[in-house]
Amino acid sequence: MKLTLKIWRQANASEKGALKTYELDGVSQDMSFLEMLDLLNEQLLQNDEEPVAFDSDCREGICGMCSLMINGEAHGPEVTTTCQLHMRSFKDGDTITIEPWRAASFPIVKDLIVDRSAFDRIIQNGGYISANTGSAPEANSVPAPRDKAMRAFNTATCIGCGACVAACPNGSASLFLGAKITHLGELPQGQPERYSRVQTMLAQHDAEGFGGCTNIGECASACPKEIPLDVISQLNKDLRKSLILG
Amino acid sequence: MRAVATTTLIKGARSTRSTIALKLLMAASGIVFILFVLVHMYGNLKAFSGELAFNEYAEHLRTFGEPMLPYGGLLWIIRVVLLASLVAHVGSAIALAKRAHAQRPVKYSVKKNKASSLSSRTMRWGGVALFLFVVWHLLQFTIVKINVGAGGQAPEVTENPYRLLISAFQPEQWWMVIIYLLAMLALAFHLHHGTFSAIQTLGFTNTAESRARARVAGWVVAIVVAGGFSLVPLFTVFGVIS
Amino acid sequence: MAAGTHYLPGLTPTNEAPVQKSDDAAGYYVLGDKLVDPKAPTGPIAERWTNRKFENRLVNPANRRKLSIIIVGTGLAGGAAAATLGEAGYNVKSFCYQDSPRRAHSIAAQGGINAAKNYKGDGDSAYRLFYDTVKGGDYRARESNVYRLAEESVNIIDQCVAQGVPFAREYGGLLDNRSFGGVQVSRTFYARGQTGQQLLIGAYQAMERQVAAGTVEQFTRHEMLELIVADGKARGIIARDMVTGEIETHLADVVVLATGGYGNVFYLSTNAMGSNVTATWRAHRKGAYMANPCYTQIHPTCIPVTGAHQSKLTLMSESLRNDGRIWVPKNAEDCAKDPREIPEEDRDYFLERIYPSFGNLVPRDIASRAAKYMCDEGRGVGPEVEETQPDGTVKKFRRGVYLDLGAAIERLGKDAIEEKYDNLLDMYERITGENPYEVPMRIYPAVHYVMGGLWVDYELSTNIPGLYCTGEANFSDHGANRLGASALMQGLADGYFVLPNTIREYLADGPFEPISEDHPAVVEAKQSVQERIDKFMSINGTRSVESIHKELGLIMWEYCGMERTEEGLKKAIGLIRELKKEFWTNVKVLGSADSLNQDLEKAGRVADFIELGELMCIDALNRRESCGGHFRAESQTEDGEALRHDDEFAYVAAWEFGGEDGAPILHKEDLIYTAIEMKQRSYK
Repeated sequence: MKLTLKIWRQANASEKGALKTYELDGVSQDMSFLEMLDLLNEQLLQNDEEPVAFDSDCREGICGMCSLMINGEAHGPEVTTTCQLHMRSFKDGDTITIEPWRAASFPIVKDLIVDRSAFDRIIQNGGYISANTGSAPEANSVPAPRDKAMRAFNTATCIGCGACVAACPNGSASLFLGAKITHLGELPQGQPERYSRVQTMLAQHDAEGFGGCTNIGECASACPKEIPLDVISQLNKDLRKSLILG
Repeated sequence: MRAVATTTLIKGARSTRSTIALKLLMAASGIVFILFVLVHMYGNLKAFSGELAFNEYAEHLRTFGEPMLPYGGLLWIIRVVLLASLVAHVGSAIALAKRAHAQRPVKYSVKKNKASSLSSRTMRWGGVALFLFVVWHLLQFTIVKINVGAGGQAPEVTENPYRLLISAFQPEQWWMVIIYLLAMLALAFHLHHGTFSAIQTLGFTNTAESRARARVAGWVVAIVVAGGFSLVPLFTVFGVIS
Repeated sequence: MAAGTHYLPGLTPTNEAPVQKSDDAAGYYVLGDKLVDPKAPTGPIAERWTNRKFENRLVNPANRRKLSIIIVGTGLAGGAAAATLGEAGYNVKSFCYQDSPRRAHSIAAQGGINAAKNYKGDGDSAYRLFYDTVKGGDYRARESNVYRLAEESVNIIDQCVAQGVPFAREYGGLLDNRSFGGVQVSRTFYARGQTGQQLLIGAYQAMERQVAAGTVEQFTRHEMLELIVADGKARGIIARDMVTGEIETHLADVVVLATGGYGNVFYLSTNAMGSNVTATWRAHRKGAYMANPCYTQIHPTCIPVTGAHQSKLTLMSESLRNDGRIWVPKNAEDCAKDPREIPEEDRDYFLERIYPSFGNLVPRDIASRAAKYMCDEGRGVGPEVEETQPDGTVKKFRRGVYLDLGAAIERLGKDAIEEKYDNLLDMYERITGENPYEVPMRIYPAVHYVMGGLWVDYELSTNIPGLYCTGEANFSDHGANRLGASALMQGLADGYFVLPNTIREYLADGPFEPISEDHPAVVEAKQSVQERIDKFMSINGTRSVESIHKELGLIMWEYCGMERTEEGLKKAIGLIRELKKEFWTNVKVLGSADSLNQDLEKAGRVADFIELGELMCIDALNRRESCGGHFRAESQTEDGEALRHDDEFAYVAAWEFGGEDGAPILHKEDLIYTAIEMKQRSYK
């Protein structure tokens, strides 16, 4: 396959970036999208041009390190992460525009790499169950209803990639936040801190500058782990209850 | 330059001013509007019962609750509630729109919408359009009572709600009918997403089924309200109501 | 498992010290002194850890804030340790090269985590888990360490559940278990196919809580490039801020390396792109011993390579072997056919044929090697790829065998299979473009885990005082082969329960004399890092770091992979030495050193992989026996099974760095068992 790539190049956070066009030949259908970029980088290096910086680590769809807005879709046209997207989803002669996640709370580090430390800080501000090592009771002493445990699991699959923020016209991280609120809130162990958690995590979400949710659903459709929009409803519900409880 | 976000951890929650609190405010005020337009639409249908019934209904609104309430008391209570809701609704919308704007200073050069409905993406401009329409609508029927049809500002037209209404939607004022129908389209869009969004914001859509139901509610409210409102201008312009 | 399982309390030795007769690696190494674990416990096996926890000194809570700990790596071992030591009140600095601690590669573990809870009432116990682990590791692990691991396994589950890890549950709300990796009791706890992710997120959240509490300071996108050893003690690290390029000095009272495995020395592996050996290799160069570097686990069920562009391999959980039948065509001419057109009688279910009692559930190394042999015989399936033989000729092979869920789908129904393996099968389809419900899946072995790593004593301390090593980065618990669902167990046991109880013995001597940034050892370390970076930037050759890494991987996979021979290993050592020269004279790194530069990061890692690769080959060459993940063609039974030589090799090979051009020095730590008797494995 032969492709035309329009890739966002930006030297660092303070300099201005722009889309740059590259032609790439010899792309195989079996390559992953990132292997296609590896190929481009090898070509750039041979032409004495600095390779394109992009994030990836596990390359099996679970670590959440890879990102990329591909032709206007977070992680590209399939419901998966960019590292699991394969070139068979594209055609010979295609033009592909590749941009970084765009959100003020995710400042660009270089080219396609952004800083997602805001997510870490949201977790720091209550995204946990306080249980010091060694203090845990016997695991089976607290049964957890299976359907609730299943919902907890389904929402705990969030990989923190930031696609929800990238896809949201408001740049809201409500899906990320709602996923964690639902995960911990559905488990018996998560109850004691349930209503303080939603307040502190939300305060951090807002302080980071993320936008408010308008329930339009772009986030859930961009989520490679298919976290449903109902976690945002759960988040809202928990916040409403916490406001009433004071 | 290191691209480190320097935000520190927020101590002490201030969730009453959070994005979600703003959304809750928006949802609550939105529900006030939904209830209002439902009742308003129902009232408008009185036009089908003729001049007497319609004007009686209009007068009844003013005498409702007497003597507990003074003449026009209920109407003023409603007006105050609506005005407060408007302030809350628009205020929250502006605050949230500002945040959204600040969060994405550099736009995508290509951006596809995958899941969002057209209605959900037009909430902000649609809201502005509705606001402008409501201003005109109030000037036309409540505050100034502008008769756009034959007879000009003659009191027998302007002080007769039914005649003011009929006069507005005569075939000669076809453009007024178009304006109203467009406004109802905008209202339908706004209600379609707004109803669903309010239910979701209030936290009642925690399963796929309840979410589907909330979406249906959006359709129902949008069609019933906008459709019901549209009947009067349509039937007037086609001469069924006269 | 098999006959002859009986309990031994651990009071008398069951074997003699080994005496090595062969010397295949003569000329490649120098024999050093024997090594004895100075912290090895004695007494009844079941009491050793309990006694040690009591004997190790406590640190006064008021002093903890004055004691600083650097932890490199934020996977299960590093993240759990950071959280726990932070909770205890120490001053912790945590480093990771990723943009968030949550991305460490522990996250990719699919199958589950073992624990001797005996919730199924099927006769499990700490002793049985210990027994299975030592046996599974082909009697090349330290028994005291393994018993401790088995004992702590139950606490891990309690801890994780308390943190909100959403393990699979039964209808009554209690935890579910499954049998995993050929073990005959159900002791594996799991969270669908994402157990590693859920456990890591639990440790990450616990750690982030400590970040908020101010006990843990987190440094992301930071890579450790050198260890600071001052006055004989580890006192800090030199790290590069990968965003600004700044070379930073971080000082502490103790350094913990929890940096994972080095499987990427093979270029293609199931490791993350960034997984590397640099932290432990730098420590090795500073004097820490590297133990059993050649023990590599090759996982049988990975998605086969599709072409030269391949950047990494993806594992399909081993649990698929519970329901899938593995086969190749009986006749080579059928290999290119659509598998659905090959009739039952023309299929060779080779694992069931060769190993009738364990069938498709034989241990990983056996399953891997059997698949390789089938493909070597010309009965592999999938696309044909060209391979260069050791003699230089090029031959074509199909590198894949079928893993067929057809029978299971027929027996249990498509829905049941879907529920069990849904996300795995989706992933397979996404990568290969083939539907596993209709066409048998193709699998092939790939490098997955390394049992080797830095040598540590019973207390997880390396031979450099103040330098600890946990998780996959150390060598300690799995011997020559690791059982399925045991990596997560070891990482968390080390991080939550072992290290916090052993490191306090060292820290109890504190508060320590502060070390200044002007200390000659600090200055030297920082300078050497700077010089190395300058060197990478100035070579300005013609080859990308990536291409050299690929070449190293091919050498390692060919000669130091599933089957190793004396001739091949010697050849590999020669090739690696040439490649090292090529690297240092012809590598090309563009851009600048004072900004984010991914090629520069990679150059440092590959330079270290090259040196490690040579040591792995020397270790494999010396060990003229087959054990676990190490198979020497010269040491097999008549019917091709791995053959151990306990009388010669029941020792840990701990290698000391021999200087830039010097030969490595081998220290042998004899393995003497008291709680278990060595037996040859048989899975037939």
